[in-house]
Amino acid sequence: MEKVIEILKSLHPDVDFENCTTLIDDKIIDSFDIVTLISELSDEFDVNIPVEEIVPENFNSAKAIYELIKRLQEDE
Amino acid sequence: MLFTSFEFILFATVLFVLYYIIPKKLQWMLLLAASYVFYAFAGVKYLVYILATTVSTYFTGQRIGKLQKIGYEYIKINKETLSREERKAYKEKIKKKQRYWLAFCLVLNFGILAVIKYYNFTVLNINSVFDLLKINVNIPTLGFVLPLGISFYTFQTMGYIIDVYREKYAPQKNMFRLALFVSFFPQLIQGPINRYDDLEKTLFGPHKFVSKKVSFGLQRILWGYFKKLVVADRLLIAVNTIVKNPDEYQGVYVLLGMFFYAIELYADFTGGIDIAIGVAEVLGIRMAENFERPYFSKSITEYWRRWHITLGTWFKDYLFLPISVSKSMLNLSKKCRKLFGDSIGKRIPVYISTIVVWFTTGIWHGAAWNFIVWGLLNALVILISQECIPLYNRFHKRFNVSGTFWYRLFQVGRTFWLMSFLRTLDCYRNVPTTFRMYGTIFTKWNWHELFNGKFASLGLGISDYIILTLAVLLILYVSLASRAGSFREKLSKKPLIVRYLSYFGLIISILIFGAYGIGYDSSQFIYSQF
Repeated sequence: MEKVIEILKSLHPDVDFENCTTLIDDKIIDSFDIVTLISELSDEFDVNIPVEEIVPENFNSAKAIYELIKRLQEDE
Repeated sequence: MLFTSFEFILFATVLFVLYYIIPKKLQWMLLLAASYVFYAFAGVKYLVYILATTVSTYFTGQRIGKLQKIGYEYIKINKETLSREERKAYKEKIKKKQRYWLAFCLVLNFGILAVIKYYNFTVLNINSVFDLLKINVNIPTLGFVLPLGISFYTFQTMGYIIDVYREKYAPQKNMFRLALFVSFFPQLIQGPINRYDDLEKTLFGPHKFVSKKVSFGLQRILWGYFKKLVVADRLLIAVNTIVKNPDEYQGVYVLLGMFFYAIELYADFTGGIDIAIGVAEVLGIRMAENFERPYFSKSITEYWRRWHITLGTWFKDYLFLPISVSKSMLNLSKKCRKLFGDSIGKRIPVYISTIVVWFTTGIWHGAAWNFIVWGLLNALVILISQECIPLYNRFHKRFNVSGTFWYRLFQVGRTFWLMSFLRTLDCYRNVPTTFRMYGTIFTKWNWHELFNGKFASLGLGISDYIILTLAVLLILYVSLASRAGSFREKLSKKPLIVRYLSYFGLIISILIFGAYGIGYDSSQFIYSQF
């Protein structure tokens, strides 16, 4: 989880990623950030994030992103 | 068979009656037969194309489904003995086989679409280049005619097979059921582009006769006819006069043409979709919505979320996202961030994907430079708007206007005119003429020509303008009233007399004010040509 927050902080240092649950809904993360984020997450956690998982529910909070990564790792 | 033809009304009436008297388990088979009859009306020879798409997609789906099953069973049996790496490698091996099948299906079907739709356009452009280079080669064009709805059913079916590959759902086991999904007649002419997992919930029935659903469906069909026949087909006359005579109608008339075309296209396309969704609703089938009051959008990105929704989401799910997060794009993103820094690096993949998507959206609409330029201009405006967001935010903070009624009205007006400007590329015969006409808006101040009798030469009389004004006000009223929920639900709660007066009023207006009769010709739906 800390690693996810660290990656998010590298995109927007001033956002409270520990508590924010509307990253996509409030457009804190835009489509430019998503590509960078997916690239960083894939490298860091050695997972392939498939297109069908790129939905707001999976990226609205650091926790949701972490859960997604965990689920994808387990599936592998 | 046009939705606005008497053949269609007869066809739909016979179908509705038969549909509710035959045994319910046969309903979907009747729909399949009816869909093929409907398709055959456009030309029996075109059935071969839709059959090729259906059969190839069916067998690919079965093959991919079987490979997925084999993969899961193997992993399940050998779970204890395989390491994580071995499991990953095995899954990748199976996925690769599935990918070959998917590629076969996509290449075949998009190949058919590409050859029929774009061969002549490509050849003509290559020949022009040869001419310029003084190379004496002339590649012959071929006499292809676009089969009915090919752009729509190809996209819908390829969406299905990609979803099967992505394991969103299992493939349909019954080829005839899949055939119905591909060919369901209300969606054939101009969409909506349905998703299999949504449509299949209601497509195969069984359906009891539910009077509320049938009555709601009929109301929606009526509303569609009203928009198409009273508004779109009437305005078409004035729009055609303006755009077919660019030397005569310039300056203020180009603006007027844009405004008229915005209303015509809205009435035509949403009207056609209302008829399609209404017909399905009478049959108890729920199709995807394609519009959400698009002309009330406050930005171009919002507009594209609310106009032709099913095409926009198709491109997002099957082109924009796969390109944006493909391995090569992620690598490119990484390299660019290293080379140019985070700010530029993270933009490059999104810029590339946006341009590819809008180029494709352009050529999806037609094999012509007009559509390509239109698509690329949309991409340009979207990217500029995206880049301007921080600027807008600063402006909103400074002047505290965001959310106020007048500022929202300004945003809606700005989006409407911006989109109308771009959309004009649909109308004129080529790109240079369109840009020449754009130019005359700024260089030719001829507002007095609105009042010197020229206005009357557009082909519509005073009575037409009165009918149009009232009809547009009614559409606006229904749109505004629908913001807080279904207008039909609201109407159904009104006293009987109000309801029946509304229905008869609508029927009478279509019959009396519909643009048909001498001098009028109920035209094709604009989107049926795409």
